[in-house]
Amino acid sequence: MSMTDLWFHEDHSEGVRFQIKIDKHLCSLHSEFQRLDIFETVELGKMLVLDGILMITEKDEFVYHEMMVHVPMAVNPDIKSVLVIGAGDGGTVKRLTEYKGIEKIVVAEIDKLVVDKCKQFFPDLTVGFDDKRVKLVYEDGLKYVRNFEGAFDLIIVDSTDPFGPGEGLFTREFYGNCHKALGVNGILVNQHESPFYDSYKDTVTKTHEKLKAFFPICQVYQAHIPTYPSGHWLFGFSSKKYDGTDIKKEKWEENKIACQYYNTDLHKGAFALPNYTKELLR
Amino acid sequence: MQDQRKAPVFEALKKHKSDRYVHFDVPSHKGGRGNPELAALLGWDCMRVDVNSMKPLDNLCHPTSVIREAEILAAEAFGAKNAFLMVGGTTSAVQAMIMSVCKHGDKIILPRNVHRSAINALVICGALPVYINPGINKKLGISLGMTYEALEEAIRRNPDAKAVLFNNPTYYGVCSDLKRLVALAREHGMKTLVDEAHGTHFYFGDNLPVSAMAAGADLSSVSMHKTGGSLTQSSFLLCGEEADVNYIRQIINLTQTTSGSYLLMSSLDVARRNLALNGKSVFAKTLELTEYARAEINKIGGYYAYASEICDGGAAYAFDRTKLSIHTREMGLAGIEVYDILRDDYSIQIEFGDLGNILAIISSGDRMLEIERLVAALGEIKRLYGKSPVGMMEQEYLAPDPVMSPQASFYSDKKTLPVKESEGEVSAEFVMCYPPGIPVLAPGERITKDIIEYIEYAKEKGCLVTGPHDMEINNIKVVKK
Repeated sequence: MSMTDLWFHEDHSEGVRFQIKIDKHLCSLHSEFQRLDIFETVELGKMLVLDGILMITEKDEFVYHEMMVHVPMAVNPDIKSVLVIGAGDGGTVKRLTEYKGIEKIVVAEIDKLVVDKCKQFFPDLTVGFDDKRVKLVYEDGLKYVRNFEGAFDLIIVDSTDPFGPGEGLFTREFYGNCHKALGVNGILVNQHESPFYDSYKDTVTKTHEKLKAFFPICQVYQAHIPTYPSGHWLFGFSSKKYDGTDIKKEKWEENKIACQYYNTDLHKGAFALPNYTKELLR
Repeated sequence: MQDQRKAPVFEALKKHKSDRYVHFDVPSHKGGRGNPELAALLGWDCMRVDVNSMKPLDNLCHPTSVIREAEILAAEAFGAKNAFLMVGGTTSAVQAMIMSVCKHGDKIILPRNVHRSAINALVICGALPVYINPGINKKLGISLGMTYEALEEAIRRNPDAKAVLFNNPTYYGVCSDLKRLVALAREHGMKTLVDEAHGTHFYFGDNLPVSAMAAGADLSSVSMHKTGGSLTQSSFLLCGEEADVNYIRQIINLTQTTSGSYLLMSSLDVARRNLALNGKSVFAKTLELTEYARAEINKIGGYYAYASEICDGGAAYAFDRTKLSIHTREMGLAGIEVYDILRDDYSIQIEFGDLGNILAIISSGDRMLEIERLVAALGEIKRLYGKSPVGMMEQEYLAPDPVMSPQASFYSDKKTLPVKESEGEVSAEFVMCYPPGIPVLAPGERITKDIIEYIEYAKEKGCLVTGPHDMEINNIKVVKK
């Protein structure tokens, strides 16, 4: 039986287009904030798309989510209270709940529809939402975070791109408020876009500059995410005290968390950036 | 009863674009092909509808078809006898209002915090100003509206005045008791003109202060582009029941372009349609966003986002709650400092900052996301730069001493003198001082010792003093005797 020739495409830049073969369209809805689509793909499992931009596929979500969570957790294994901004797909929260030592995980996701539909279509990814330590708040991250002072050990900004509902999460006022909401040991990890295409480059530089205005330590690490533009993706590691490469290896390994991407050797290597990326961060 | 779903100029322009005329008329950019760089920036569609008057599109100077229909529709929407589409900004509307009721040597009563465009109109037509002291809210450092008593007194002293000009609402959102004031002026046979630049929404929203037409005024200038959604520089001049519409059109045509922009006119037309059909919900949303922002900003502490509680029944009779005016002195920063930090560090451009206040314009074009950015940035500015409170400078109203008409002083021979040595001379230029945005001197007024001291004091206190040619305000132009 032959398949319908159905393809999803996303322009990774003006002159580069990325295509994924679709098996079925599962869901298509509009929320107050954005359009949401979920597809069954031929090779990558299910896929979440917001405003036409690919967010996750089942096949490679582990790279992004493991790198957002395990890197800060290996630097400070004593993290107890975590604020996650965005992350309605559940992938980040799932990895956080694997740590027994974490006592509180607050998720501020602006769009309830994302959570509801991900629960429906990505049940394995959203198991973390049922954990007793997790509190879900449906609110703009920028609004939510400004209510706290010294309340969190770790803030993870698991946002969309800096246009649409995520744009407030790339601003100086947001990072300043995050700094305020973090305790003296605080770490901020943020989705830092890609250094490769011109349309993303500027955000990499500007975001780094904004973070530097608040945090004494501002580092950037990378991962290889096949379905994101260029595949070369960056994360920001900003902290009041800890160096991102200073890993508590043994302590972290005591957690006995099974990973597909992350290990402590890779952790160190992830902070070694190519020259063209370093150039953007000077 | 007109069908407010119509937008005749807007529709005619759309049709014109789809009719694909070949143009051997001006403008010479010919749909952008003659200026492709500009077309790339503004968009080719925008260039294609930048056309000149032609039969299907009517003519602004003598409208008989689509522009005339747009005037009639706008008039109905605003509750006016006629509405002129203005393409020279509200400045041109204010000047046309004044020139249509005042001739050379006629007196007109104005609040001292009047917009410059009004005094410029006096330079053109040779009318004589009679100023009324607007009250000042000393705590906030803002000028207010007009009191009944002050107008009564001005009329008693100048029963021969031809007209009264009201400034309603002020930039900060303060309104006067317009209905009673208009009635008072009319009782004495004076024409009533309203500079309603910041009050377009009064005609369409619920629970807002009274509009000029509803208050019974003769003429009003509304900046559709400020709070009504049309393009910058487009406005309406509204006429009340007794206005001589044809005479006013003649006055407008004295100074108005004969090549009225269809971008501006179509924007007025379609913005009017939107407000006539959806104005209630548009301004309900604006109000909701503003009230939310005000409450959140007041929670930060140190900022005071004021509203109706500053009303006193007199010079501050009502407050336009769609305005987000914020006093900043309690957190130790000048409004202008907050204004600069917002722009430079947070990429947030607000409308205005003076010594004590900032003003943010909120509209239905805003989303909660933007409001949150403003609130978060203000919180950050206080956290990072907040200091102990600083008081406002004391300011007393200095009654002007006019000795020449603005026109006579404008056209006189002049000389430049150091401000300190100018006592007793007649000023040939403006000196404005922000705050509170009241002229210290206007052309034709005697420079007194008090005024010289005030200018020095205001400069020392960091007020923005503007007007004279000399940016440092060390020198001033005076009339040569």
